[in-house]
Amino acid sequence: MRRLELRHVRKAFDGLDVLADISLSVGAGEFVSILGPSGAGKSTLFQLLTGAEHGEGEMFFDGAPLDDHGRHFAFMPQRDALMPWRRILDNTTLGLEVQGVKRKAARARVASLFAEFGLAGFERHFPAQLSGGMRQRAALLRTVVQERDMLLLDEPFGALDALTRAAMQRWLEQMWRHHRWTALLITHDVREAVFLSDRIYVLSARPARVVREIRVPLPRPRDPAGAAAQQAGALEAEILDILLNPQPFKGHDHD
Amino acid sequence: MPVVSPVAPRPLSASLAKAVPAIISVGLLAVAWQLYATYSGIKPTILPAPSRVLEQAMLNRDALIDNAVPTIRATLAGFACSLAAAFALSMLVDFFQPMRRALFPVFIVSQTLPLVAIAPLVVLWFGFGLAPKIMLVALVTFFPMLVALVQGYEATEVEIGQMLRAMGAGRWRVFVVARLPSALPYFFAGLRISITYAVVGAIFAEYAGAAKGLGIYMLNAKNNFRPDLVLAAVGVSATLTLVLFGLTVLLQRLAMPWERAGQQRAGKVPRQ
Ligand SMILES: Nc1ncnc2c1ncn2[C@@H]1O[C@H](COP(=O)(O)OP(=O)(O)O)[C@@H](O)[C@H]1O
Ligand SMILES: [Mg+2]
Repeated sequence: MRRLELRHVRKAFDGLDVLADISLSVGAGEFVSILGPSGAGKSTLFQLLTGAEHGEGEMFFDGAPLDDHGRHFAFMPQRDALMPWRRILDNTTLGLEVQGVKRKAARARVASLFAEFGLAGFERHFPAQLSGGMRQRAALLRTVVQERDMLLLDEPFGALDALTRAAMQRWLEQMWRHHRWTALLITHDVREAVFLSDRIYVLSARPARVVREIRVPLPRPRDPAGAAAQQAGALEAEILDILLNPQPFKGHDHD
Repeated sequence: MPVVSPVAPRPLSASLAKAVPAIISVGLLAVAWQLYATYSGIKPTILPAPSRVLEQAMLNRDALIDNAVPTIRATLAGFACSLAAAFALSMLVDFFQPMRRALFPVFIVSQTLPLVAIAPLVVLWFGFGLAPKIMLVALVTFFPMLVALVQGYEATEVEIGQMLRAMGAGRWRVFVVARLPSALPYFFAGLRISITYAVVGAIFAEYAGAAKGLGIYMLNAKNNFRPDLVLAAVGVSATLTLVLFGLTVLLQRLAMPWERAGQQRAGKVPRQ
């Protein structure tokens, strides 16, 4: 079942074409990635989805046009956007607080997740006291606890060192298998996209179009050292080739 | 995962150690002044030695305290008014951007008014009571705080705003939850600047006309050829300013506990 569907979405900022033609869909319980070079317009796409900006084209959720009133998305911005002045506990309840959930009930809801997110014992810490990986997990906790229809994750691990990032990707894959969130992930990391996704949309450089849609038929749980590693490597090479050798645009070939 | 150390309060001795260079420089200055006043043969009615200023301050402490009270009152009342006005107007400007273009030129002009000219006029219009002092203190302290607040709101991380709106937060909620706390460091920077003007503003107002106060005390002492008492009153006003300044630093520590907590992160040495 299709939950999110975009048809020929375009966006320009004062004459600067950022999104040229984006059509994509995300099914229920599906993990989809948007992979593209930096500055392509990936974050801009999330701004359109969350209603922060308005573009052209059609956007549907569960078959109905997206408008500002329906709140389907739990959005995790590119930087973790943790509030330095709030303790981790109060950062993670922020979304619930905005929804009007009583403080005690909100705290009870996040409390059960702290262990699963590797944050047990850090409830009373300030964000500045946490490592990069922990901050990202706190930001992710704040996002998923909102229990919206779908997660929008904008380069959640982009600022982490390589080792921490690899650990976080494994952790997220495991979490996803457990929770089966419907998720749309933005990344510029080919390996991350292949490791986490069911499907990948590869974007061109700005102005962005979807240059390829790639299915990732690898078995889960994903294992970077397992039997499917070779297949994953081949996929990564194929995607890298698309990104590094862009074909001149010849009109759209989807639908 | 890196180990995160528990938050340990900074030892008091470290804070005291920070004051040592200041104490030394002030001490050297006082010694030089004392030597010059003693051995240059300059008359004490022109330049009294610090020892004499101190001695006279002790002898006249009742009068000094008596005159410091109205100055403190005017300073605090004026500062409170200015704080309230700065907050109210900063919010107005933040919520209605056009207000900024309408109001800021007026405020900037208000900062160019020479106090020497304005103080007597304000006293002429509002009398010798507390009102003109409050107004002058507010006039000199208001603008730095307003600018700091407005700038602080604007320093809110763009992503935090986007995320809050995606969560469904309205403008008021975004202001309270994100913009106001984001402005705190800026606010305290503005507060520290303002507070150093506040006592001077009150003294200026009293100088222009008052029944009691450090300003009028200085004026009388000067007219009686008592520079030692003028300097004693200056010492009192400087002490007042230092105490107020210290209070803002203390207040900031209490209001922003995350700032110091952030310095305690494993591997990060607290700044001295
Ligand atoms: N609000 C805006 N106003 C003007 N230009 C913008 C705005 N937001 C993004 N852009 C521009 O759009 C382009 C794509 O930005 P972004 O979506 O953040 O890229 P990505 O997330 O793929 O790295 C950039 O050139 C950026 O300067
Ligand atoms: Mg981006």
